[in-house]
Amino acid sequence: MIAAWLKIDEERVAQALQEAGEKLVSVEGEVALDFSSVRRIDASAVRALEEFAGLADDKGVNVVLRGVNVGVYKVLKLVKLGSRFSFAA
Amino acid sequence: MITDEVVKERIQIPLAAESLSEERIAYLETLVSQARTAAAVFTQYTQEDVDRIVKAVVLAGLEQAQPLARLAVEETNLGVMEDKVLKNMCATEFTYNYIKDKRTVGIIREFPERNLVEVAEPIGVIFSLTPITNPTSTVLFKCIMAIKTRNAVIFSPHPNAWRCCSEAVRIMYESALKRGAPEGVFSCLESHTLQDNAYLMRHKDVGLIDATGGPGAVKAAYSSGKPALGVGPGNTPVYLEKTADVSTAVVDIIVSKTFDNGTICASEQTVVIDDEIYDVVLRKFAELGAHICNEKETELLSRTVIDPKTGFMQPMAVGQKATDIARLIGLSVKPGTKLLIAPIQGVGREYPLSVEKLFPVLAVYRAKSVDEALKVCIDVNHAGGLGHTAVVFSRNDEVIRKFSEAMNAGRIIVNSPGSIGALGAVYNDLVPTFSFGCGTGGGNGTTDNVNIYHYLNIKRVARRTQAHMWFRVPNLIYFNLNAVENIRQFSSRSTVIVTNPSMEQIGHVDVVRRNIPEGTRVHVTVIPDAEPEVKVVMQGVAELNFYKADQIIALGGGSVIDAAKIMKLKYESPDANLEELAAPFLDLRKRVIQYPTEKVNHARLIAISTTSGTGSEVTPFAVLTDKEHARKVTLADYSLTPDVAIVDPQFVMSMPKGLTADTGIDCLTHALEAAVSTYASAYTDCNAMQAIRMAFKHLPIAYEHPGDEEARTMMHNAACIAAMAFANASVGVNHALAHAFGARFGVAHGRANALMLPHVIAYNAAVPTKFVPSPYQKGYVAHKKYATVADLLGLGGHTIEEKVKNLVAATEQLLDQLGFPRSIAELGIPKEEFEQAIPEMTKIAFEDPSWRSNPRMPLMSELADLFGEAYEGRGLAKAATVQQTSA
Repeated sequence: MIAAWLKIDEERVAQALQEAGEKLVSVEGEVALDFSSVRRIDASAVRALEEFAGLADDKGVNVVLRGVNVGVYKVLKLVKLGSRFSFAA
Repeated sequence: MITDEVVKERIQIPLAAESLSEERIAYLETLVSQARTAAAVFTQYTQEDVDRIVKAVVLAGLEQAQPLARLAVEETNLGVMEDKVLKNMCATEFTYNYIKDKRTVGIIREFPERNLVEVAEPIGVIFSLTPITNPTSTVLFKCIMAIKTRNAVIFSPHPNAWRCCSEAVRIMYESALKRGAPEGVFSCLESHTLQDNAYLMRHKDVGLIDATGGPGAVKAAYSSGKPALGVGPGNTPVYLEKTADVSTAVVDIIVSKTFDNGTICASEQTVVIDDEIYDVVLRKFAELGAHICNEKETELLSRTVIDPKTGFMQPMAVGQKATDIARLIGLSVKPGTKLLIAPIQGVGREYPLSVEKLFPVLAVYRAKSVDEALKVCIDVNHAGGLGHTAVVFSRNDEVIRKFSEAMNAGRIIVNSPGSIGALGAVYNDLVPTFSFGCGTGGGNGTTDNVNIYHYLNIKRVARRTQAHMWFRVPNLIYFNLNAVENIRQFSSRSTVIVTNPSMEQIGHVDVVRRNIPEGTRVHVTVIPDAEPEVKVVMQGVAELNFYKADQIIALGGGSVIDAAKIMKLKYESPDANLEELAAPFLDLRKRVIQYPTEKVNHARLIAISTTSGTGSEVTPFAVLTDKEHARKVTLADYSLTPDVAIVDPQFVMSMPKGLTADTGIDCLTHALEAAVSTYASAYTDCNAMQAIRMAFKHLPIAYEHPGDEEARTMMHNAACIAAMAFANASVGVNHALAHAFGARFGVAHGRANALMLPHVIAYNAAVPTKFVPSPYQKGYVAHKKYATVADLLGLGGHTIEEKVKNLVAATEQLLDQLGFPRSIAELGIPKEEFEQAIPEMTKIAFEDPSWRSNPRMPLMSELADLFGEAYEGRGLAKAATVQQTSA
């Protein structure tokens, strides 16, 4: 069951993830991040995703990234973050 | 000579990073992590993004060319500031000029004619070592290459050039960031140690090591187990040959050897000069500011600028001016001396100056001949410069060619300066670089000037190519009753009719003879009624030679026509080696052994078939019996195809019933196998299908009513049409089995085919245990082709499976009508004897090239099973499960 659904804005991926991280405190089960409007991510977004994955692990929350495009998916694989998330269309 | 031992002694190569502190490891991990993220993020950039950043970093490098050069000279105390400015400008501007229009993102090259596309994939993190001799220029060059290819680089500069290199990295990084490059794309190790290098070289996230430096660094890179680009040491030999433009050559050598005080590893080291011009050359050098050392001075240089222990140049001399070196060693030279020239008498440890000298000291050698000069150049090349660079000055193309063949060098520079020439894009069209690949001679993976393509994984996207096919038959085919009359239109001075005794006896030879134009000298060569032997063929060739034949008429069955084909081959090309021409092949167009095209004689071959089966009159095949080695030799080449085929039913009206059945089933087998062959095409299908239809309809009539002219005509044409199909689509496993079985038990070819045919149809229609690779077919279609045959024959059935079963049944019914035995057992062959023969027959069948175009790749066990089924007999095939495939 999805406890939270957050849309990520391409213009502020890192910030959005930081905000999502703060909301993790009150979330249980699963959180879905909608990446469908994110065409690219930069190094700060990668760092934010790493941190978010760490927080989610600590909380025992499963993170589902939705609508991730192939380019972003490849970046996540290259920085070895692919296995930290679940992916859905 | 630089050996592994020397390298180890000279530079300690750490094999592990045990001595690194936890803090240091954390620092290195952070660098790698940042670079990995940068490289990952970079994969999302477009070509336009990349080119925008490239232009920005190139301009930044150009703007800072002078400050960086100054910093490099101050820090390293090597080289010439003005030259280093030029180097920095070359590294930026010339590199940009080369790469600016090149694609490095997505599809980078397309080869439409090959259905091939190349797609770029970045490497990721590159760990780059840079040298003390060309510090900032190398950094600028590598930064530009990395941006263009979307890679991140961690730099490890030579410790004595760290300040200038880290400044160069900073300048490039900041300008790249401003234009949107990923954060962390460049970094530079701080105050590093060899252990740091060892750690990074073995790091799992480092994709490539690019080591531009001394042999120790290169060796360490290649020993790390990581993909590496390494640049070997140089020892550039120069051959100044007597036809050279001496004035240009001398200036070029001075330009090159004094450029940045000789620090470029491609610079000239030993100049081998032809005796005839030696004195002139040295005078010219002296006139232009070189000091020519006498014997004592040469000896002094040898002792001082070369380390007597290691045989390497002394670091104190590297990159220094000639006058400073002279002052250091106590050699008196004129002020402003550009170059110290030392005559040497040989190459090797006893001639210390014959090694690499990255300073303005040049060895010269007087050669008495081109051969001697080339040998001395080879010696220099092998004295530490393998794979690197060699230079020749000559106007003689032959000398340049010989020199190029003799030298093992990635760059052979002709009539231009070695160092600047090797860098590319100034004196020639070499790719601009600051990293020289030295090939295996230098322990490197490439001889290229290292460039953007070495910073990419290039993926080849190979689309399925529509294979070229062919359809080849004789130029002329005359058919129907009295077609033999067409012989009259062919003029000939000397015609040899090749035939066998029965043709003479029944008057067929006379029929042919009557149709040969008057005035033609006609000779009849009679060969035995059997598959032709080598001896028989060679006798025939002797007769062709004796009668100087310009036309051969083959009158008979397959054996006679095959014999005539080989006679023609040997007559026209006496040196043709039949043994060699019978060599196995997979594809006619790619075969190793080519049939002769040069001919000493020319003769037209007219083939008149007197049986309705083999179709040899239109095929490119000929079978020869080699009695000496107890085997059959199959020759196949379209040059064997007769020039004219005559398909005249008058020659088959008297065929006995047995022969009619045997040859008729041979024809049907040809057509059925061609129809399902992996080489089948629309061109062969139309022939195969038509022949099958004709055989099913007319063979029983021709068999039951031998005098039926229409049935005979149709079967005679069917045999020729089927042969046109299999001449281009080949046959299949039925023939491989029949050849092996027929030869072992002396069973006629058509009969052997008949015993296998129903079983093979069922076998080919089932899902293959092993598919055969074929570029000519899409999917597995044999069962569908058989179903199409069934439809053509009006056999009924709703599904493919039903249709195939009906075809098997119809084939069996036809065989029954023709009186064929239902099994091999019915031939009277004892079961035990047959079973004992199966392993050997299986081996022979598997070696038979006939099955290569079979739709289903036969396993040995399957061939053995097919023999077993054929022994047990028909009816089994009918009951066999014919599995459909949707493949």
